Amino acid sequence: MTKYTGSFVPHSEAERDEMLKAAGAKSLADLFVDVPAKVRFPTLNLPEPLTEMEARGELESIAAANDSTNEVLSFLGAGAYSHYIPAGVDTILRRGEFYTAYTPYQPEISQGTLQAIFEYQSLIVALTGMDASNASHYDGATALAEAVNMSRVIHRGERPKVVLSPGLHPHYRATVHAYEQGFDTEVGGEDSDLSAGPEALIDLIDERTGIVCVAYPDFFGRIYDYSKLAEAAHARGALLAISVNPTALGLLKTPGEMGADIVTGEGQPLGIPLSFGGPYLGILATKQDYVRSLAGRLVGETVDSRGQRGYVLTLSTREQHIKRGRASSNICTNQGLMMLAATVYLSLLGKHGLRQVAESCFHKAHYAADAVGKLKGYKLKFPDTPFFHEFVLESPIPTAELNRRLLERGIIGGYDLSLDYPALKNCSLLAVTEVNSKAEIDFLAETLAEVSRG
Amino acid sequence: MVEPLIYDLGTPGRRGVAFPAPDVPLAELPSEHLRGELPLPEVGELEALRHFTRLSQLNHSILTGFYPLGSCTMKYNPAINEDTARLSGFAHAHPLQPIEMVQGSLAIMFHLQEWLKEISGLAAVSLQPAAGAQGELAGVLIIRAYHADRGDTKRNKILIPDSAHGTNPASSAMSGYHVVEIKSDARGNVDLEALKAECDDSLAGLMLTNPNTLGLFEEHVEQVIAAVHGAGGLVYGDGANLNALLGICRPGDLGFDVLHINLHKTFTTPHGGGGPGSGPVCVAKHLVDFLPGPIASIAVEPTEGEAPVYGWSMPKKSIGRLKAFHGQFGMHVRAFTYILMQGAAGLRSVSEHAVLNANYLKEKLKGVYHLPYDRTCMHEMVLEGRWADAPEVRALDIAKRLMDFGFHPPTNYFPLIVHDALMIEPTETEDKATLDAFVEAMLKIAEEAHSAPQVLHGAPHTTKFGRMDEVRAARQLVLCCDVVKI
Repeated sequence: MTKYTGSFVPHSEAERDEMLKAAGAKSLADLFVDVPAKVRFPTLNLPEPLTEMEARGELESIAAANDSTNEVLSFLGAGAYSHYIPAGVDTILRRGEFYTAYTPYQPEISQGTLQAIFEYQSLIVALTGMDASNASHYDGATALAEAVNMSRVIHRGERPKVVLSPGLHPHYRATVHAYEQGFDTEVGGEDSDLSAGPEALIDLIDERTGIVCVAYPDFFGRIYDYSKLAEAAHARGALLAISVNPTALGLLKTPGEMGADIVTGEGQPLGIPLSFGGPYLGILATKQDYVRSLAGRLVGETVDSRGQRGYVLTLSTREQHIKRGRASSNICTNQGLMMLAATVYLSLLGKHGLRQVAESCFHKAHYAADAVGKLKGYKLKFPDTPFFHEFVLESPIPTAELNRRLLERGIIGGYDLSLDYPALKNCSLLAVTEVNSKAEIDFLAETLAEVSRG
Repeated sequence: MVEPLIYDLGTPGRRGVAFPAPDVPLAELPSEHLRGELPLPEVGELEALRHFTRLSQLNHSILTGFYPLGSCTMKYNPAINEDTARLSGFAHAHPLQPIEMVQGSLAIMFHLQEWLKEISGLAAVSLQPAAGAQGELAGVLIIRAYHADRGDTKRNKILIPDSAHGTNPASSAMSGYHVVEIKSDARGNVDLEALKAECDDSLAGLMLTNPNTLGLFEEHVEQVIAAVHGAGGLVYGDGANLNALLGICRPGDLGFDVLHINLHKTFTTPHGGGGPGSGPVCVAKHLVDFLPGPIASIAVEPTEGEAPVYGWSMPKKSIGRLKAFHGQFGMHVRAFTYILMQGAAGLRSVSEHAVLNANYLKEKLKGVYHLPYDRTCMHEMVLEGRWADAPEVRALDIAKRLMDFGFHPPTNYFPLIVHDALMIEPTETEDKATLDAFVEAMLKIAEEAHSAPQVLHGAPHTTKFGRMDEVRAARQLVLCCDVVKI
């Protein structure tokens, strides 16, 4: 007989018998007569159950098999960043009233979640310069794919061309392709010259183009002003979507100011741990004109029957549970708890803290770029373009080999760009944030000098 | 008592957290790229934490009360899950680290895939989809890719029963398919004749939720699947209701070709106020090559007595990547922890008791509330929230009145095929005393509906907020605080 701890099923035997009797069944097995007999009650080959104490030990030992960024110095970014997360964020996330609630369908008893979403929407509007934000999306990649989806809805399917900048995260571009495979979408722009800047995309925009998508800063950390691109897109009737890193928006001009129609982005830097790639937070915001085409939940302000200010899910006629096959997206929920993390993080840091973190990232990344760019055999790939907290380093040896040597000396090197960009042979993408100290950066530079000597 | 907005708190110059000044020489900021205003709050740490704690207290949640929200499987989220997902080795793992450094994370994903294969009876799993809806999208795209790969391009329609979740038709439309609705028969099953009439060479597949949203096991499931397969179509299983089937039957054994699983329903990862979810997609043998990826796999087979080296693999004809990185990993750790503590016997017990609890409630309530499909139910059941002799009362009123008794209302007005539906899913983690208290409240409300309907119309009375003016919210659209508009 297998041991079963049964810790989450509270029924005593006496209760179970009484309930079975009330339900008109002789045994638990009786409840399943509708299930075809030949497939009923399969034997599942699973490990023997563990108690909580044993399970914790097992999980601790599995986690210990990782050598993560808490143990090894890392300069890996590429869409997922190490930042300091104030303790207060998790204090709120661990409140059962938040993490064990569901989508706030019943506003009378969900004002906590609803007001938090309203505050999140406000914070995202503040950061991006857009008019409205949704209640969040899955991640930066899916938010971009939804922007492309929105373009199809806004243009009523009449503009099948999508221009993707090669400076968008490769995973994001792949996600757009996956989402579009059921439609006759023509995706272009991805093989544009990596050094050319955003104006190179202007020639690709025509009257069949629905949307142009770029990143800010781009995948290589570069900062561009997209104002001219926005003008050109609008002149030809196309939309501009800008995929952002929200930390950078603590310092940099807003996408709204540059003329973006849709802002997407990865909210992970806002108080969400690396957690091996998820759960993260998709940012999706837009201008007033397109609010009704926005995918996902939206929270609006109203009053209750007693005259108190309150919040509800609104404009739900856009959504799948009402529109079914005619909805613009199939998304049901949002990324609730991650949305809450970002809301608490941005509240705690506030106006001064976010700017300080952004500046700290900027200064440290520039110190690092300066230090490693002048090493013999190394050079910065895009030395003339301003950058935020990531930069491309060209090395004398292939990145795979370079990173192997760095790791032997206790450093996780940058992302190997040759994996996605054949033109960027021997190039790696290094990220530096406020958590990296000068001593760590100096150690990186010394080690790079050492390992290039073979 | 209305809690102020975060923007109404604080004072200029205040901050909740300090950061050290950079310990490097300062670089010159790119003046032409800098922003002007940054309208974020200026609040202290206590002020902020008190604000969010107070907000939390305005929520109903599983930890504060019974939450019989049909189709959402609001069961207890074990406290241990929250600890294991936060173990530093997991929390600080970067998704792009070399595989040798993240063998722990890969082991979690690999074993979870293996266990979900065993539980579903299917051949392979991708953990990448971010939520149930994305798992559905993956499933439909896999069906599409399968037909395209065979050069079978005329198949352009997906059949969906009228009891299905709205995500089913929306996911089909997002995959470029035309949706045909199939009606239900008098016993709540898919109408076999209506189904067969649509089984032709334009059929790409059927999306079937089993048990369906009435909480009923499809009595003709084998014939339904055979009819679709006979026409060359594939059968997609919506795993929203898998909590009824753990160790009871495996969708793969029934002949389903694709299935998505909601880790946030069946496998106790918290709903988080509306996410993050996690929607792994499982497929039968003939669809393995189409899975989204990359997926965790064995890179180097183990030598005797050693663990294998885990790595990534991309299925040969993959539909591609559905999100950045590898999926909602934190949710994978939680689901892994849960299954590890249940084992086969525990999982079967989960479904048995989920079904027992639902049938217990059904029997206690069906005399007073109309039960349109009177059969043994699975993990949930659907009642009508209206009476011919109390015409002023609707399901909404019953739902709102339940809050006065401290309960979260059931899902209401869904499924669409039941008038004034009240869809009740108690889950296995609720005890008899809670169910009895719920029954008592439901009976009291039924009585009030007849004797004092105005009490229901004005409900809820004891909550901190009353009914909201939803029309006003939609007409006078206010989606953010004024102060943030630059």
